[in-house]
Order: sequence, then structure tokens, then C-alpha cells
Amino acid sequence: MKKELMSGNEAIARGVYEAGVRFAAAYPGTPSTEIMEEFAKYDGVYAEWAPNEKVAVEVAIGAALGGAKALAVMKHVGVNVAADPIFTVSYTGIAGALVIISADDPSMHSSQNEQDNRNYAKFAKIPMLEPADPQEAKDYVRLAFKISEQFDTPVFLRTTTRVSHSKSVVTLSEPQISEDKTTLAYNAGKYVMVPINARTRRVEVEKRQQALKEFVETFPENKMEINDPEVGIITAGMPYNYTKDVFPNFSYLKLGMVYPLPEKLIRDFASQVKKIYVVEELDPYLEEQIKAMGIKVIGKEIFPYTNEFDPGIIKNAINSNLESAVSPYKENLAQRPPNLCPGCPHRGLFYALKKSKAYVHGDIGCYTLSYLKPLEGLHSCICMGASIGMAHGMSKALGEKGKGKVVGVIGDSTFLHSGITPLMNMAYNNSDALIIILDNSTTAMTGMQEHPGTGYTLMGKEAKKVNLKVLVSALGIENIKVIDPNNIKETQSAIKEELANSGPSVIIAQRPCALFKRANVKSQPPLKVDPDKCEGCKSCLGLNCPPISWKKGVTKEGSKRKGISFIDATLCNGCGLCAQVCKFDAIS
Amino acid sequence: MIDSKVKSILFAGVGGQGILRASDIMCMAMMEAGFDVKKSEVHGMAQRGGCVTSHVRYGSKVYSPLAESGSIETLVSFEKMEALRYLKFLSKDASIILNTEEIYPPAVNRGDSEYPNDVIDFLKNHYPKVIALNAAKLAHEAGNIRAANVVLLGAVSNLMNIEKSVWESVIKKSFPQKLLKLNLDAFQMGITA
Repeated sequence: MKKELMSGNEAIARGVYEAGVRFAAAYPGTPSTEIMEEFAKYDGVYAEWAPNEKVAVEVAIGAALGGAKALAVMKHVGVNVAADPIFTVSYTGIAGALVIISADDPSMHSSQNEQDNRNYAKFAKIPMLEPADPQEAKDYVRLAFKISEQFDTPVFLRTTTRVSHSKSVVTLSEPQISEDKTTLAYNAGKYVMVPINARTRRVEVEKRQQALKEFVETFPENKMEINDPEVGIITAGMPYNYTKDVFPNFSYLKLGMVYPLPEKLIRDFASQVKKIYVVEELDPYLEEQIKAMGIKVIGKEIFPYTNEFDPGIIKNAINSNLESAVSPYKENLAQRPPNLCPGCPHRGLFYALKKSKAYVHGDIGCYTLSYLKPLEGLHSCICMGASIGMAHGMSKALGEKGKGKVVGVIGDSTFLHSGITPLMNMAYNNSDALIIILDNSTTAMTGMQEHPGTGYTLMGKEAKKVNLKVLVSALGIENIKVIDPNNIKETQSAIKEELANSGPSVIIAQRPCALFKRANVKSQPPLKVDPDKCEGCKSCLGLNCPPISWKKGVTKEGSKRKGISFIDATLCNGCGLCAQVCKFDAIS
Repeated sequence: MIDSKVKSILFAGVGGQGILRASDIMCMAMMEAGFDVKKSEVHGMAQRGGCVTSHVRYGSKVYSPLAESGSIETLVSFEKMEALRYLKFLSKDASIILNTEEIYPPAVNRGDSEYPNDVIDFLKNHYPKVIALNAAKLAHEAGNIRAANVVLLGAVSNLMNIEKSVWESVIKKSFPQKLLKLNLDAFQMGITA
């Protein structure tokens, strides 16, 4: 068969297609986003961006109840949003098939926490598979659909950033012929979770658990390799590869299915090796269950609880006498922190907002980067949609003390994800906070995904477009301003005015993302600093715009200046913010 | 005959320099030459300006896509000072391909930090093989500064036992027809640099 170099996410999309699945819903989130983008490219599929993960799961459940094989995809924290339907679809089961992908992010490369979603499998009593590389990602997602059909259950597939975003050689298989099994089959006793039915289904869940526990004992992807009988490793997912890399001769029990666990197989393995290490990132999830079986293992007493592993971390934990590799270079190197792009519409907004000295509740998106120096634009950030509820709560608690000083900022995609209900609450409970919707016309942080406000679907079709101003007004907000954040003066005066207003206010700061191709944001000619006019005051550096730099020692006769600003013409997109903040008219 | 020992190459630089594309091409070349290959990236949230690294590992059978610290045989640094950031990953006898292009971090732009001025000498004093070249300049001569990543691939190809025809074949698969000559020229400039 054909071999291809694929990322874990590309391989999952391929596996889903090979499994004959033609229906998927998701909300983008690193490291899961590419699964849907790749799946949507296959012939004959239906794939949609839902406004959030809860909706995506509900859409997939509906499709599954109609007999379809359906997929829902999200990042680890997206499962929190979708937890409500997930815990109960575990009771109802599904008519067709349902697989939910949770892409976890150990080390928080692009996330606010590093929760270990294997716990969700145990908590919701839903079987979970965990691949270790792209080949397994493709194979396991096919198995996940089979298990879902066989046991009338949703199935989790858990990946981590390192599986989703690493690439390796994948052998493709022939796609299964997709059979249309969709039908309107009524079965209210099974799917209406009123208490009387839920109690019946609750018992069915335990029966299914028993059946799965037997199934998993002979599940071929739980693999035992007996080599050196002195040391045995029990592991799953990417940590298997790290360990195998540095200890190829140990014995291994590699679990392809991490819930439920194969108790007999684990006991069998334990009886064949002397000393057992459980190698797992994040929580002692396997370790605690194996210890509860009465088996002695070494785990978190030597391995870290935090961050992803690599081969060196495992080698050093097991051989504690090894010296870690060190760099011969001992000087401090300047960091390269993530930054807003040149021409980013968030830059002007946060520059203006800082002048108000308000307490700013932030949200999840590119604008979270405004937290960093020198913009220092945010004072809190918890999760998707939280800024609005938090701004309202703080404003209510502080009363007069918080008047004109509490702001929430939220992107357009995040607002449509989970900002509408808390904004309705602000109108309903007569809040005094100001909410700024940073409308850049796309889901920028994850790479320009469509959402209900963009006018297009994931499949590239034109769609109804939410009018944010009309929506905000319909929720009961009366003070609404629409501004261009690249006009600093206008932005500052709008913020000042709305902070002074009584009652809830919303500013919609509208300007497309500078990298958004469809918006056709034309770069203006790059700006230049006039070395005769620049007084070296560093005001423009306060924007933290990548092309602007400072050169020491360029003095001027009759001036106290110690250096001047420069603009790198190859990076500048000509947005003109620096010209607006220059007090000496030196930038044009 | 494929050497069974797994070897590692580290690509390092700054977001926007074409590092991920270069490491993809490297992987395709390894695959076409008959190796098992895995690669993995570490990059921050920003599209541009942040640190980017990519580990490429190849051999008869590769398990981990990430290499152990102190083990990497080859570093390809797309930016001068970035080479210094990852030395703990290198084996003591590692070879280094160094693009001498400088991209200032924000703290240097603001005047709060100095750009290190002794990078090449430092590397030459600590590692047996350091090949420094101005890939941006060479790419510009080949026709477009953006092909600097392919210039660096050409330079690193000298250290690897892979037929030139394999490289040409994967470069052909990686670029549209109109950019092909540019990239083949850029690759050749890297070989002769």
C-alpha cells in the first residue's frame, strides 16, 4: 500500500475517512484543529465548524442517533465545554457510531492548563484509545468506530500535542465502502433521559462496562513485549516511544486502550517481570489503577507530574545517577516571546485601553498575547467566554469602587463560542461593566477558521453571517459603539465615553486580522522614521510592533536624544499606528 | 545499505523562516532513501518571530520523534544566535550548519539586551565542524530571499549520504513548477557554499 509522511492529525482524518465515516463536527483548538481541516478535504464528507464543542458533540450525537457514524473533535479543554452531553450520551448509547477526539496539550504549548483527559474516560464510563504515533492514530480511530458500533457506546480517542503534531511514515489502507445506514428509527425509552429511563440505562452502562472489560483483555493493541525480565515498563501513547528509544531492551506492556484497563493482562505482565515502572505524562492515571489491583509499581515518585516527557527525562528518572546534558554556552540569551503580528488590529485597541487604567478581564485568542510587556493589556484570563461573566461579577462586587474601571475583552469567534449567554446576563442583571468585542472577522489564533460571523462554512460555502451589533442589541444592550481599533484617538474616546456610561456597554472593535487573505487587507507602504525629527522618546516602542527597533548612540546636535527608532521595511505592513503615537511627527 | 543507528538533526530558527517546510523536505528525502523517519516541532503561539525548532530522526526503525539532550549529531541553525539556544541537545562532536543572518529579538530591538557578537568563534571553539554561510544572501542571488531554507538544505545535504537525485525528486514534489528552478538553484548554492 501507499506510504505517506503524515502528521498525527492528518492520519486521524485519513483513518476516519477509511472507516467510512462521512460526518464530523468540531470547534477549532490547538492541537486538534487540522483534523477537521484535513477531513473536510475528502470526497463526499460533511464537516462543520460548530460555534463551540458542546454544540459539536450534540450535532454528532444527533447524527449518530440517526444511524450515521459521526465524529466530534476538540482540544482537551473543549471536552469541559462538551462534558454535559458527553456524560449522558454514555447512558443512552448511540444508534450509529460516535467517536470523540480529545487532543490534550501536556506542557501547555498553546493552552491555559494541562488537564489529563484520560480521567474523563473513567469519569464518564466511556472507552478510550490512545495512539502513540501517526500510524497508530490512523489505525486506532478506525478501531474506535468499530468498538462504538459493537458496544453501542461513544468512544474517546485521546491524542497529545506530540502525537497530533509529529510526522512519520503512515501506510494507507483502502477506504471502507461507506454504507448509508441512516434512518429515522424511534426509540424514546432509550434516548429520553428522564429519571425512569436513565435508571434503566444506568444499569446498561455497567453491563457494557463488564463486556468491555472482557473485550479489552484480548484487544490486540494492548501489546506485551517480554525482553529483559528484570525491568518491565507499563505505558501508553507517546511515552512508549520515548522509553523504547532509551531502553530498547526492557520488557513492555504498551496499552492501546487506556480505559477500561486489562486487569488480567496487567497481572500476567507483572508476573513475568521483576521491577515495574509506569511511565505516563501528567496524572498517575494508570499507576493508581494498577496499584489498586495490588501490584507494586514505581511511578510518580520518580517521574514528573508536570509537562510532557522526552527520552532524556525518562532516562534520567530511571538512572538517577546520570548527569544531564548541559550547554557549553553560559550567557543569558534574549527570549523571543510570542507577539502580535505587524499590522495586528489588537495592537491599537490595547494601546488605547491601557491609557484608561481599567481592570481588563481577558479571554482566549491572539489578544491574550497583549498580556506581555510592554502592552500589559490583561489582568485575568481563565477560559473561553469567561471575560464577560468575570467583568460583570467584579463590577457588581465592587459597586461604586469599580465604576468606570472594569472591562472584558473577547474575540469574535470566542464571543460566539460562549460569550452570548454571559452578555445576556449583563443586560438582564443590569451590569456596569464594558465589554469590547475584538472582531477581526476570523478565528485567528488557530489559523483562520470560519465561524458563524464570517459568512462562510468549513466546506467553503457561503453562509448566513451573524450581525454582531444586531445580536448585542437583541440581548438588551443599549450602549453600543462600532469603531476601528487602528484609529487610536477614536478608540480612546469611545472607551472613555462607554466607561463613564451607566449600565452595560459594548464596543465592537472591527478590523480584519492582518494575515487574513480573504479580507484582502492590503498592506500599505512601509513607514519610515525621519532621523532629523526623531527625538528618541521611545513612544513607538510602547506598541511592541516587531519591525520597530531602537538604535543606541545616534545622537543629534541640540537634542538630548540618546538614540533613535528604526522601522524594518521588510516587516512593516504600514498600519500607521506608530505614526499616530509619535509626538514629533517623525514617522510617515 | 541503511545504517541501523538512529540519527538526529535539529532545525532551529525564528518563525517565518521556512524551517518546517525545510524539515518536511528533509523527511521526504529520508523516506525516499528508504529510512524510517519521524519529526516533531516545538514552536510557540506566534505565527512570526517566535523560536521554532524541528527534530528530524531517521534510521532503520525510529521510536521517538524527539531526540535526547546531548545526542543530536547535526544542527541546522536558520538564524545566528538561535544556534546558541539549543547546544545542550547536541553531542560534543556535532556538526553545525549556521546561517549568519541576524534577526533581533524584541529585547534587542528595544535596546534592553545585546545581540551576542561572538557566535561563530564560540561555536568553532566548541564543535569540530561549523559551516557558516549567509543563506539569505545566496537565496537572493538564486532569485528570492525566501529560498534561504532550501540553501541551508543544500548545505546540510553535504553531510548526508543521500543521492542528489533523491533531493531533486523531493524538491520537485515540494514546490509548484514556477518556483522549481529557483529552489533547485538555491539547493545547489547550498551545496557549493
